[in-house]
Amino acid sequence: MQAFDTAQLPRDPSSVRFEPGPTEDKLILSMGPQHPSTHGVLRILLELDGEYIVRAEPVLGYIHRMHEWMAEQKTYFQFMPNMGRVDYLHAMAWNWAYAGAVERLAGIEVPERGEHIRVAVTELNRISSHLLWWGAYLLDLGAFTPIMYAFDDREILLDILQAVTGSRLTYSYFTFGGVYNDVPDDFASRCLAFTKHLRSRLPMYRDLVTDNVILRGRCEGIGEMDVDLARRYGATGPVLRGSGAPVDTRRAEPYSVYGKFDFRIPAYSQGDAMARYMVRMDELETSCDIIDQAVSNLPDGPCSAKAPKTLKPPKGEACYAVEGARGKILVHVRSDGGPKPYRVKLRAPGFSNLSVFCELARGTLLADAVSILGSLDLVIPEIDR
Amino acid sequence: MSPDLLSFDHPLTRLVVGLLCVFAFVGLNGLVLVWVERKVAGHVQLRPGPLHVGPYGLLQPIVDAVKLVGKQLAMPAGADKYLYWAAPLLAFAPVTVCFLPLPFDPDLAPMRLNIGLVLILAFSGLGVLSLILAGWGSNNKWGLLGAARAVAQSVAYEVPLLLAVMSVAITAGSLDLYEITGKQGGWPWQWYGVQNPLAFFIFLVCAVAETNRAPFDLPEAESELTAGFHTEYSGMGFGLFFLAEYANMIVVSGVAAALFLGGWQGPFLSGILWFLVKVYAILLLMIWMRWTYPRVRFDQLLNLSWKWLTPLAIIDLALVVIIKGIGG
Amino acid sequence: MSVSALFEEACTGLKSLFVGLGITGKAFCQPQVTVIYPKQEVDNLSTFRGHVELVGKEDDPSVPRCVACGACVKACPSDCLTILCPVPAKEGEQDAPVAMGPAPQKGSKTPGAVIVDFSLCSLCGQCAKTCPVDSLRFSDNPYMVALDRKEFRIDLMARLKRQAEEE
Repeated sequence: MQAFDTAQLPRDPSSVRFEPGPTEDKLILSMGPQHPSTHGVLRILLELDGEYIVRAEPVLGYIHRMHEWMAEQKTYFQFMPNMGRVDYLHAMAWNWAYAGAVERLAGIEVPERGEHIRVAVTELNRISSHLLWWGAYLLDLGAFTPIMYAFDDREILLDILQAVTGSRLTYSYFTFGGVYNDVPDDFASRCLAFTKHLRSRLPMYRDLVTDNVILRGRCEGIGEMDVDLARRYGATGPVLRGSGAPVDTRRAEPYSVYGKFDFRIPAYSQGDAMARYMVRMDELETSCDIIDQAVSNLPDGPCSAKAPKTLKPPKGEACYAVEGARGKILVHVRSDGGPKPYRVKLRAPGFSNLSVFCELARGTLLADAVSILGSLDLVIPEIDR
Repeated sequence: MSPDLLSFDHPLTRLVVGLLCVFAFVGLNGLVLVWVERKVAGHVQLRPGPLHVGPYGLLQPIVDAVKLVGKQLAMPAGADKYLYWAAPLLAFAPVTVCFLPLPFDPDLAPMRLNIGLVLILAFSGLGVLSLILAGWGSNNKWGLLGAARAVAQSVAYEVPLLLAVMSVAITAGSLDLYEITGKQGGWPWQWYGVQNPLAFFIFLVCAVAETNRAPFDLPEAESELTAGFHTEYSGMGFGLFFLAEYANMIVVSGVAAALFLGGWQGPFLSGILWFLVKVYAILLLMIWMRWTYPRVRFDQLLNLSWKWLTPLAIIDLALVVIIKGIGG
Repeated sequence: MSVSALFEEACTGLKSLFVGLGITGKAFCQPQVTVIYPKQEVDNLSTFRGHVELVGKEDDPSVPRCVACGACVKACPSDCLTILCPVPAKEGEQDAPVAMGPAPQKGSKTPGAVIVDFSLCSLCGQCAKTCPVDSLRFSDNPYMVALDRKEFRIDLMARLKRQAEEE
């Protein structure tokens, strides 16, 4: 057998800074892009001393799809289905951010019923995203069963969303001025039944997982991050709320009809993986509350305003921020008056949340790094865009 | 005058026949256990589990085995050829020896030893060697980490395991598994596991850790080390590790049944049936645990062993010695 | 930390482990929720959004409402729709075979062929939304399996005829 010569391999530009010197007694480990717990295609270069992480550096770009460039090549309408693919787990929020930005730019008013439907489906989608995160995080921690229970509940929810939107994952349900089609008649009753069901399941989740001593050992005190650190890196969403700052776009910059609803913004001050976990578990209940309020008095009227068939917004620019399952989603659209956007900038919360990882992972064990990575709730396609 | 070599009374003949039976037993039980594991996992997760191959998916493990045998045996470049291939064999071979002194039935003894317990403990200690060789030999960083974990884990858990076993051995006054089983009765209150629940509990925890089962499956921790020490193994190389894991499970469950649950003793049923029932009860518990818990972290695993199990086992042992001393 | 607190913590920890076992044990005894596909089918296929299909006229369901305006082709983000209509014959070429060209064609109000390439489609619904005569809608056909990419080029006119015959 031929001796294996690593010098013959092509050089990997992203790992150049990670080359160990001749005397360094460290292990350089490339975690990913094919690794069970770097969901999707994230690659993390690790410098290990034994199992302790000395340095960690995420390498991005394995699923870069040029969404922002695509936006410049398509009309406003045609870019809509892309939004469901940016973050496939919370597609509704991205739908909303883009639709909202263009509506703001073109001055389109959304009717009341449309807003209520938007709130309801976005919160449903948030629950489905959190449930999937919950299952996948526990898979990272080595528990195989919870994801199946989560999917069992998620299935009911997806059935509701399928009846509304026709798809189960990559929704493209929003249009400029409202939503694509009106909800079926039994939408409200199904939503209420689902929130009731989910609330009855949450104690089981708590007993099986949250109270479990092994899980607490894996999460408590792991990846502690104070508010300053979170702010410095621009972390948002449950990651920021897990370090004690109750900042939520739905409350801080109320958009749509969120100002009308009464809901709590969960925040935990510990800043560790468990705090982020608890924030998401509490958000399941918060979303249930919002859904209840949104669908129980669904206003009559049209679900969508009449938008022109070819949209040519006036010259100018507009931003629209919504609270996604992973944090603040912001879409910035600039128009030059033509049928295609001049520039669309997508602000993905996962990107900022991932950047904190380098700091959090330093000095922890490899197993902790997996736990931290999971607790940040990363969706790589969103980060790479 | 030693008995005729062809007669069943000759120890060598018994050994050979016993070994053959053990191989058959391990193979068969491995297949059954794979099916049981997947079926239990399925039902716990509200799915049906294997279903399509054979009645209730019973033939699924056989199909899996055929698939594994049919796969190419790949070796990574730069791997140590001899260590790499020795590891799976070394994982499997010692386990089969461990079956020989197991007391299946008072009349069914492949090899009756007065130090059967020591033999099992000694040979099961060999298993970790194969993990080290596999991790080191495969020239893979994940494998190396897995191997390092395996060593620390094995060292940490052998101590309380031995102490727990010792307390039973002292109670029974013997290292012969047949004698220890014989000293217990058919009813639960006559079992050492009920009389000395702490030792039983420690043994169970250590057994799960020794067999690298979740929540202590750190050497192969799938979500951290991809597959740990057997990352690079394909086909039957992996298959042997897999089979060894299940064989190990049967051995520790067998030892637990003999030491703590009265082995073959029990009312109504014949000896071997009772033994198998008890073994499978413990196996089911291990499978059940695997599909319930997350994985512990490495330092927590060691802490549990050195800070909790070892002191508790020492206290338990001291109590047993005192009680034995008072009782005469 | 005092010893008693340590033991208390250990006891709550152990209890949580037993509670966990209880939950999975209960799930073990519950009926499974899997829908085993070839034997059973899910019951919500009517809300499924498959590839687009044509809507027939009310008086003649085998003829689409489509007026071959080509709006859907322009609206599609991924160019998966093709509408062909007969090109009006030029002066002095009346006897030549009718050529087909992409819609819209002057004087042509009915499509000759409507083809959707489902391998490109992302089911966004922009085509159905733009259609001025509501001649496009989503089918509820989830069974899209093929051995060849070409089979995903679906001839919608033929599909509509087939559907009309079946009714």
